[in-house]
Amino acid sequence: MTGTVYTETTIYSPPEAFAGEAPYQLAMIHLDSGTRLTARIHGDPVRIGDRVALAEVRNSIHYFRKANLEVSHQHDPPRDRDRL
Amino acid sequence: MRPVAVVGTGKTPFGAFPERDLRSLAVESVHKCLENSGLTADQAEAFYLGNFAGPSFVGQNHLAPYIATEAGIRDVPCTRIEAACASSGSAFFHAWAAVAAGIYDIVLVAGVEKMTSQSTARVAEILAGAGDMAGEMAAGATFPALFAMIAKRHMYEFGTTREQLAQVAVKNHHHGAMNPMAHMRKEITVEKALAGKMICDPLTVFDCSLVSDGAACVALAAVDRARDFRAKPVRVLGIAQTSGPVALDQKESITTFEAVRRAGEKAYKMAGVAAADIQFAELHDCFTIAEILATEDLGFVPKGQGGPYAASGATALGGARPVNASGGLKSKGHPVGATGVAQICDVVEQLRGEAGERQIAGARLGLAQNLGGSGATAVVTILGLE
Repeated sequence: MTGTVYTETTIYSPPEAFAGEAPYQLAMIHLDSGTRLTARIHGDPVRIGDRVALAEVRNSIHYFRKANLEVSHQHDPPRDRDRL
Repeated sequence: MRPVAVVGTGKTPFGAFPERDLRSLAVESVHKCLENSGLTADQAEAFYLGNFAGPSFVGQNHLAPYIATEAGIRDVPCTRIEAACASSGSAFFHAWAAVAAGIYDIVLVAGVEKMTSQSTARVAEILAGAGDMAGEMAAGATFPALFAMIAKRHMYEFGTTREQLAQVAVKNHHHGAMNPMAHMRKEITVEKALAGKMICDPLTVFDCSLVSDGAACVALAAVDRARDFRAKPVRVLGIAQTSGPVALDQKESITTFEAVRRAGEKAYKMAGVAAADIQFAELHDCFTIAEILATEDLGFVPKGQGGPYAASGATALGGARPVNASGGLKSKGHPVGATGVAQICDVVEQLRGEAGERQIAGARLGLAQNLGGSGATAVVTILGLE
């Protein structure tokens, strides 16, 4: 499963359930299938437009990792592309 | 549909009140509203209550009759409405609809939340319940995280800066410092806001609204009855409630709250006014980025221009269109279930010329915008003098 980072944030003030994991990066991924998914990021921090690939699914949470590909905006939805 | 007016307002101060319980706050706001309007409790034909999470915050359910009977309102329909942070905006909408439809002549609408008796982590957990618990919240999101992701995308698409976000907070603290009912009455600077503790990048603690206790109440009446009351009636000229997906990642765009845009359009149409006619507004600044989005979605400026607009001074008292002259959720405070009705109270006070040193000269037409979750409920109300 691959996609493009639509937006992201790093959480320094986590909910109680994830208190031991902060800071951690959360991203909204625009999947190549066309849908969006809110997921966690493993490894290097990502920025909007970065290509990412699914690394693992643990406790129902999707973890993505930066893909070793050049940055592309081709998977941004048309509405966003029109605005840029 | 017949015309409806606000004929009374009542508010408790907003703040952290460890010695006060939820019911006493709500009852105080109702009694102040009755006093302000010259109504007696037995004249209310229905009671609507906006409350987000009383059962979670204080363990009490069945809140509408629990509060109403203590306030002296008996035997009439008493109904609690929950729509996250738009709970009392939605309660106001439904109360307006019932009076406009001719079902009742006089109703009371209150909003209340008692939040500060819980730890910050528990408050965050309860608030998260207004989001998609099986989706983004399960992945580790919080409301600050969702609005941080909105801010990041807005910065990416339109070049909005952290300084512009900070200027929203500085302005609202400046206004709130002059409001005796506000939770946090102190000025801040852009430097201080930027250097604040990071909550979710790029939002610092100064980009986030406050966790508060408080209540607010308004009386609504059919306009042909409105002159029977003590206070100067203020007309509900336009109002709309709209909705959208609860999950942020299900929205086509996250830099527009489509529900707010639609509610604004419908309210403008009902009132027969344009965005340019609105002289001042109370907007739902749960986070600084939310005020920026609201100024765009309501058509005060084109999409993408909300950041420069906030920085221009146009939305400060003394500017062309003051936004959140009350201090907003940022400084006045955000007892979530009370916020929608409190915004109505603040707009009404301005229209009656009762806002003291925060008074906007010549105020005749104002707008209140109340948001639930990350845009799943929106209520826009346009109020004006007859």
